[in-house]
Amino acid sequence: MTTLQTTRPVIAPPSLPRATVTVVWRNLIHIRRMPEMLLDVTVQSVMFVLLFAYVFGGSIEVPGTNYKEFLLPGIMVQTMVFSSAIVAMGLTNDLQKGIVDRLKSLPISRASVLTGRSISSLIHSSIGVAVMGATGLLIGWRIRNGFVDGVLAFLLLLLFGFAMIWLGIWVGSLMRTVEAVQGFMFTVMFPLTFVANTFAPTEKMPSWLRFIAEWNPVSALTQACRELWGNGLPAPADAAWPLQHPVLVAVTWSIVLTAVFAPLALSAFRRRSRD
Amino acid sequence: MNQVRMSGAAVEAIDLVKRFGDNTAVDGVSFVVPEGTVLGLLGPNGAGKTTTVRMLTTLSVPTSGTGRVAGHDIIQEPDAVRRSMGLTGQAATVDELLTGRENLRLIGRLSGLSRGYIRETSESLLERFDLTAAADRMAKTYSGGMRRRLDLAVSLIAAPPVLFLDEPTTGLDPRSRTELWEVLRGLVRDGTTLLLTTQYLEEADHLADDIVVIDKGRVIAAGTPTHLKDQAGAASVVLTLTHAADLGRAVELIRSCSPELHVEEASRRITAQADGLADMTRIGNLVESSGIPVDDLGLKRPSLDDVFLHLTGHRAESTDDATDTAEPETAGVSA
Repeated sequence: MTTLQTTRPVIAPPSLPRATVTVVWRNLIHIRRMPEMLLDVTVQSVMFVLLFAYVFGGSIEVPGTNYKEFLLPGIMVQTMVFSSAIVAMGLTNDLQKGIVDRLKSLPISRASVLTGRSISSLIHSSIGVAVMGATGLLIGWRIRNGFVDGVLAFLLLLLFGFAMIWLGIWVGSLMRTVEAVQGFMFTVMFPLTFVANTFAPTEKMPSWLRFIAEWNPVSALTQACRELWGNGLPAPADAAWPLQHPVLVAVTWSIVLTAVFAPLALSAFRRRSRD
Repeated sequence: MNQVRMSGAAVEAIDLVKRFGDNTAVDGVSFVVPEGTVLGLLGPNGAGKTTTVRMLTTLSVPTSGTGRVAGHDIIQEPDAVRRSMGLTGQAATVDELLTGRENLRLIGRLSGLSRGYIRETSESLLERFDLTAAADRMAKTYSGGMRRRLDLAVSLIAAPPVLFLDEPTTGLDPRSRTELWEVLRGLVRDGTTLLLTTQYLEEADHLADDIVVIDKGRVIAAGTPTHLKDQAGAASVVLTLTHAADLGRAVELIRSCSPELHVEEASRRITAQADGLADMTRIGNLVESSGIPVDDLGLKRPSLDDVFLHLTGHRAESTDDATDTAEPETAGVSA
C-alpha cells in the first residue's frame, strides 16, 4: 500500500480564466460521451429545416427571395435562443447531482462554474448552427454578400446566443428541478421565437401582433442575418424602427441582455450557494 | 509514519446556527476536533449533521456562529479553508460521465495542482483505492463501493490535512463498508484529521476517537465512545442456562452478589447488573461450583444504540440496514 504524502503539494489556486477552461473541458467531455445531448441541435435542427422548408415553404410568400433562403436565418436564430433552455437544464442537473457542491468546495471563483458553462454551451449551439448551415447549403440556401458580412452574421448569432445562455443560467440557478426548467423555458421560448419574423414575414400579421413581433429582439437579429447574408430584401418602409437598423439593434440587445442577465445569474447562483 | 502531533485544533465549530425559514436545522453546535484525530458526528436523519458539515466546508453560510478549519475562519477566509480540506459528500459527487482518472484530473486542476503532480498522485491514489483497472472507464459504470472509493480518492488529490466525510458508508454493503473503514484508518495513521457524520453507531464506535451526538440541531452528548457508553449505565452479565428448570436456583445464587437482575424464561437467560469482569468471573464461579449447566456466559456493555436511546428517548436507527439507504435528503436543503 502506498502511503499518502504528508507534505502538501504546491497549490496555486487557478485564476478565473484557467478554472473556466477546466470547466469547459469537463463539459465538452460530457458532450462527447453523451452525443444524444447534441440531438437537439443536430437531428432536430435538420428536421426543423426540412419540415419548414418543404411543408410550409410552398405556401408562404416571401418578398425578394425563396422561402428556404428566408427560413435559414430564422431557424438559426431560433436555435440560438433555445440554447438558453439547454444550458438551464444542464446547470440544474449539475446542481441536483451535487457535482456543483464538489466544485464549490474548491479554491476557485464560483463564477467559473457559470462562465465555463456559458462557453461550453456556446460551443454546443455553434455545432447546431454549423449543422443547419450545412443542411441549408444542401437545399439551396446561400450566403450572397461576401465573406466579411457572412462571418459578421455568424458572430452576431453567437453574441446573441451568449446573452440567451446567461438568461438560461439565471433560470437554471433559480429553479430546483430539470422538469420545472424545461416546462418554464419552453413556455417562454416558443412565443419568443414564433412571434417574430423568423418563420413568416410580419407584414401580414394583425397590427398589434406585428408591433410585438417587430420589436421582438429575435426579429432584429433575424433581419440582421438576412441582410448580412443577402437572403431577401431590407425591411419594408412601414416596418418598426428596429427592423430598419437590425445590426445595430441586434448588437445592442445582445450587450444589454448580457449585462442584465449575467449579474442576475451570478447573484442567483451565489444566493443559492449560501444554503 | 512518525509525525509530530501538534496540539492545535484541526476543526472547531463555534456556536453554529443555521435556519431555513422557520426551520432551525442547526441550533448552536460547538465542538473541537484535535489534529490527527477522528470525530464522529452521530445522529439520526434530519439531526443537522449534513448542514453542520456544509457550514464547516464553506458550502453553506451560517445564520450565526462560525468555525475554523486548519486555523482558518470559515466566514472570513473561505478560500484558505477550501485549500486545507477535502470533502466527500453524502451522495458520491463524482462526475458520472468522466472516467475515474478524469475525475481526479478535474478536481486536481481546479485545486490548483500542477499537471505533473496530478498525474503522479492520480496513479498512486488509483492504486491505493484499487481502481487502476477501472481508471479509464466512465464513473457511471462503477459499483456503489467503487464510486465511494473514487469520491474519496478525488477528495485526497490535494493531500488535505482535514477531511470531511458525510455519511461515507451509507448505502454500501457490509464488505465495502469494512474496506472503506480500513482506508480511513490508514489516512488517520498518516496524520489526516477526519470529521465524519454517520447514522451508524457501530461506525462511530469503530472509527472515532471522540463522538458528538446531535439531535434536532443540538449537541446532546460528547465524549469518547467508552465515556458515552458508561453514561448509558453499567455493564451487565448475561448468563444462558442449559435447562429452564434451573432458572430458580440460579437466580437465588446470583442474587447474593448482584441483587438487580432480569430473567427471560423463554431464552433461559438471566441478565444481572455488573461492574465489569470481576463480577462476571464471580458469578461464573458461583454458578459453576453449584453444578448448574451453562450454555453461555458473557459481559454486555451498553452499545451506542443504548446510549442514544438513553439520551434521546428514541432509537437512532433501525437495526435493519436496508432502511438506511432511504435518504430523503436532496442537495441544497439538507438534514
